Amino acid sequence: MLEITCPFCGPRSETEYINGGPSKVNRAESPDGFTDSEWVDYLILAPNPLGPVKEEWCHIMGCSLWFTITRDTVTHEILPSPETSNE
Amino acid sequence: MSKGSRRLKTGGEIDRSQIINFEFNGTQYQGCQGDSLASALMANNVSLTARSFKYHRPRGIMGANSEEPASYVELLGDAASGSQPITTIVLREGLRAKAVNCWPTPSFDLMSVNQLIKNFIPAGFYYKTLMWPNWHFFEPHIRRIAGLAKAPERAPMSGQYESRYWFCDVLIVGAGPAGLMAALTVARSGARIVLVDDGSLPGGDLLNTKELLNGQPSKIWVNNVIDELDNLKNVLRLQESSAWAYREQNLVIVTERHPAPKQLIQRTWRIRARRVIIASGAIERTLVFKNNDRPGVMLASAVQAYINRYATLPGKRAVIFTNNDSAYQVAEDMIAAGIEIAAIVDCRKDPAPTHASPTGDIVHKTNHVVTKVVGRRRVRAVNLRSNATGDIKTIACDLLCVSGGWNPTVHLFSQARGSLRYEDSLSTFVPDTAAQANVCIGAAAGKFGLQEIFADALEAGHRAAIDCGFKILELSAPIAQTSAPYSIEALWHSNSDDLSASSFVDIQNDVTLHDVHLAIREGFGAIEHVKRYTTGGMGIDQGKTGNINIIGAVANQMNVALAEIGTTTYRSPFVPIELGAIAGGREDSAVLPYRHTPITQWHKDYGATMYESGAHWRRPGYYAKVGESLQQTINREALATRENLAIYDGSPLGKFEISGQDAIKLIEMLYTNQFSNLKVGMGRYGVMLTEDGRILDDGVTFKLHDDHYLMSTSTANAQTVYRHIQRFLQIERPEWRVWITPLTTQWSNATLCGPKARQVLSQLNSDIDFSSHAFPFMGLREGTIEGIKTRVCRVSFTGELSFEINVRSRDALKLWERLFEIGKPLDLVPIGSEANHVLRVEKGFLSLGHEVDGTADPYDLGMSWVMSKQKADYIGKRAVKVRRGQNRARRELVGLLTDDPYRLVTEGAPLTPDGKLEASEGFVTASVWSVARSRSVALALLADGRNRIGQKAYVRIKNDVIPVTITQPCFYDADSELMRS
Repeated sequence: MLEITCPFCGPRSETEYINGGPSKVNRAESPDGFTDSEWVDYLILAPNPLGPVKEEWCHIMGCSLWFTITRDTVTHEILPSPETSNE
Repeated sequence: MSKGSRRLKTGGEIDRSQIINFEFNGTQYQGCQGDSLASALMANNVSLTARSFKYHRPRGIMGANSEEPASYVELLGDAASGSQPITTIVLREGLRAKAVNCWPTPSFDLMSVNQLIKNFIPAGFYYKTLMWPNWHFFEPHIRRIAGLAKAPERAPMSGQYESRYWFCDVLIVGAGPAGLMAALTVARSGARIVLVDDGSLPGGDLLNTKELLNGQPSKIWVNNVIDELDNLKNVLRLQESSAWAYREQNLVIVTERHPAPKQLIQRTWRIRARRVIIASGAIERTLVFKNNDRPGVMLASAVQAYINRYATLPGKRAVIFTNNDSAYQVAEDMIAAGIEIAAIVDCRKDPAPTHASPTGDIVHKTNHVVTKVVGRRRVRAVNLRSNATGDIKTIACDLLCVSGGWNPTVHLFSQARGSLRYEDSLSTFVPDTAAQANVCIGAAAGKFGLQEIFADALEAGHRAAIDCGFKILELSAPIAQTSAPYSIEALWHSNSDDLSASSFVDIQNDVTLHDVHLAIREGFGAIEHVKRYTTGGMGIDQGKTGNINIIGAVANQMNVALAEIGTTTYRSPFVPIELGAIAGGREDSAVLPYRHTPITQWHKDYGATMYESGAHWRRPGYYAKVGESLQQTINREALATRENLAIYDGSPLGKFEISGQDAIKLIEMLYTNQFSNLKVGMGRYGVMLTEDGRILDDGVTFKLHDDHYLMSTSTANAQTVYRHIQRFLQIERPEWRVWITPLTTQWSNATLCGPKARQVLSQLNSDIDFSSHAFPFMGLREGTIEGIKTRVCRVSFTGELSFEINVRSRDALKLWERLFEIGKPLDLVPIGSEANHVLRVEKGFLSLGHEVDGTADPYDLGMSWVMSKQKADYIGKRAVKVRRGQNRARRELVGLLTDDPYRLVTEGAPLTPDGKLEASEGFVTASVWSVARSRSVALALLADGRNRIGQKAYVRIKNDVIPVTITQPCFYDADSELMRS
């Protein structure tokens, strides 16, 4: 069980959050500009490195904020990451 | 030997004046306060305490703590629990236990015939020999004869489990000399600490030895430290508590076996510590030779514990077999307790122990090994072999103490992903590099001299306190009387050619040296493969006494160094943990309470059977009248709606207000159909997709004012939709000026439906005009009814004329009672979710979880009209386009009419081509008795269904086929005129 720091509420147990998967590029303004296979790649392919990965989490049992953390998939260490999604 | 005669007259940490009565295998015994179940049985001269896992060999007590590999028991009665090591059970009045895996008793076990066929059931035998007809044919029999305790049949009758979260600066695991010293150092700095110890008393190995500290018995130092810690506010001390899992970010899970208050069965702590000091000590390993599992073969350290701590004699005449120095100290204590030492057998050529160099009558056999134990139900003699000459000699004894050396208890360190390295001078694996903020100290770090342990603990305590920002006070370690150097020579087995397959490397799982060799021969030589193939180390003792011997045996056989073999992964739990302790007090009612509408009590008073209706909401399922069958009740309620007048409680429906200048932009992105042309006071049904083009939810959204909308969602999905919206807004469109306000519980509603709905409304005192021209279908009107502020919506989930009257939740009951009062003369009937289900199936309306199963898109459900062609973009549009471009046959929503109108098909049943036992081509999503058609009707998702309307299909159920005709998915009022009336 991770301890994750919500930018708004502070450090809280993982059970208060939902995981939204690895961060992807932002959704395109006009998806029609992409080929089928490009769009399928966007939908299906998510970064899955052995090591640090940016992830979206939502403090669903708290303030409902979606934010980004950088987590090492090997050690579960949460690395300092200044950015949050709503900045 | 008579009852109780193995108890020493004096000494030990037991109180002979406090007698404790207990039962083992149906026989009553007495023990003393301070006994473990193992020591009490030993004092009662019970030496055969178990039968083994696979071969049902007789087994006794081998250890003194959680390392016990042989004797596991099942606790009965109120304390019912599965497989527990006999050595860790603290004796309590009225305790009842039975040995596992034997019938009827361990001394007369009918299953012991397995021993005769053991040559035919080696490691992996079930992969190879139980192939015909298949494994399941044999499984029930195997399950009956192999295995451990039975799970308790029911939950405890009284008491409860508890979970707690805790945070501290430093967590110290183990209250032996290292743990106590470290705890004292950190505690005096003021840091918040937790000290966890799994024994019933603190002191660790000091309890088992006669060590002097500062010239006094070590107990005095231990008690002083404990007194000081217990008086400090920054210390939490958990005794009889096992730290059994080490998870990421220094989370350690600890289960307290006997917490206060008394009504608690067990309490599990999830402790997040900034620093963890692992002072978990070391575990003695056994030695491998023929029949090394017989009752009477014990770990030397355990014998020492039984003598010194429990004042109990494990035997009268003993042989000690060792490859290291520590057993000599045990010999000294054994002599003092009056045990005759027949021989000390040491595999080393020139051992130089500082302790108890054998004198007098004791035979000291150096460069010898024990090759075999004689005796079945108890050790009677041992065979020795000289390494120099090969001569065999037999020595009579009733106790064989073995010491194969010490393994640091690195389980938690390794669970935390710390790496280990093989230390030649200790012939074992020791902690190498920590992967989290932790450190092993003392014996857990491979340091076995007491003075060295104290120094290590002081240093680790200092560092942990400083790391956490605390200042250190000077303090010094006690002076140990002896600090014997420790020396060992690796010995992995006495005779690798034991073809009788009774040299055990994993005693609990009945894994022999022979099995390990077999695994290597068959190509499973990697240590993780050896573990899986032989199950060595996979028992509930986690191979505490045997694992390193397995690694040694593999290394020997393959002729490589142990360092190259490495260890298997240490896994939690370190000791057996009850499932209840893991779950804690997590009954649904406590953690996820049911949600009730304000009208719940009225429903119950009216005879409602309450159902779960999604998202933990409770709703009436049906209101049975006396003498009615369930089907009669459902028919009555559904028919009342179709022909007359009904009312239901729709309060749980998800409700959100969406406001702001970008509100319509958001709504257009969420729904597949167009909302920008919606007029104020009107609503529209919409379907929401996920980005990968599957239906997420459906519902109606009304325009309250410009830039202000009211969205309704299905009950079960309200939270999911909210997350979906929040995620889109916060991550993709944070610049949009739009606010979402969840209002699900703020508004409740009563829905009036049926041809006479308007008659009720016309009698209400209201400023709303309910006539069809003033208040059209899909309209929303705000106003008051009987003085209550309301929003009335004309939506219909039943297919009838329907008004959903929304009021503030605190007014809901008042409104409901008033409606009922007026409706009663018109035979108003309250209906539940069963009747609602019938009504929506008759109309072919979608239900999430039925027709919308996570694979369907709107085209599959015949809803191409809901997919806007005008809108440039909405969530899921591009993905649906990709899927539709593939032209694959899809399962489509259709209706089914059974050939036999009285035959109901089963919801969820598959449809197969011609009803054959073949891969299904669809399934029944809903099936009801239609009151409108007076026959059975069903909905289904069927491959290429729309093109097959009018044709036959076949529902396949067990041992039968139900022929049906495929129809349009609507059985009532196809043009939907009634609900618009």
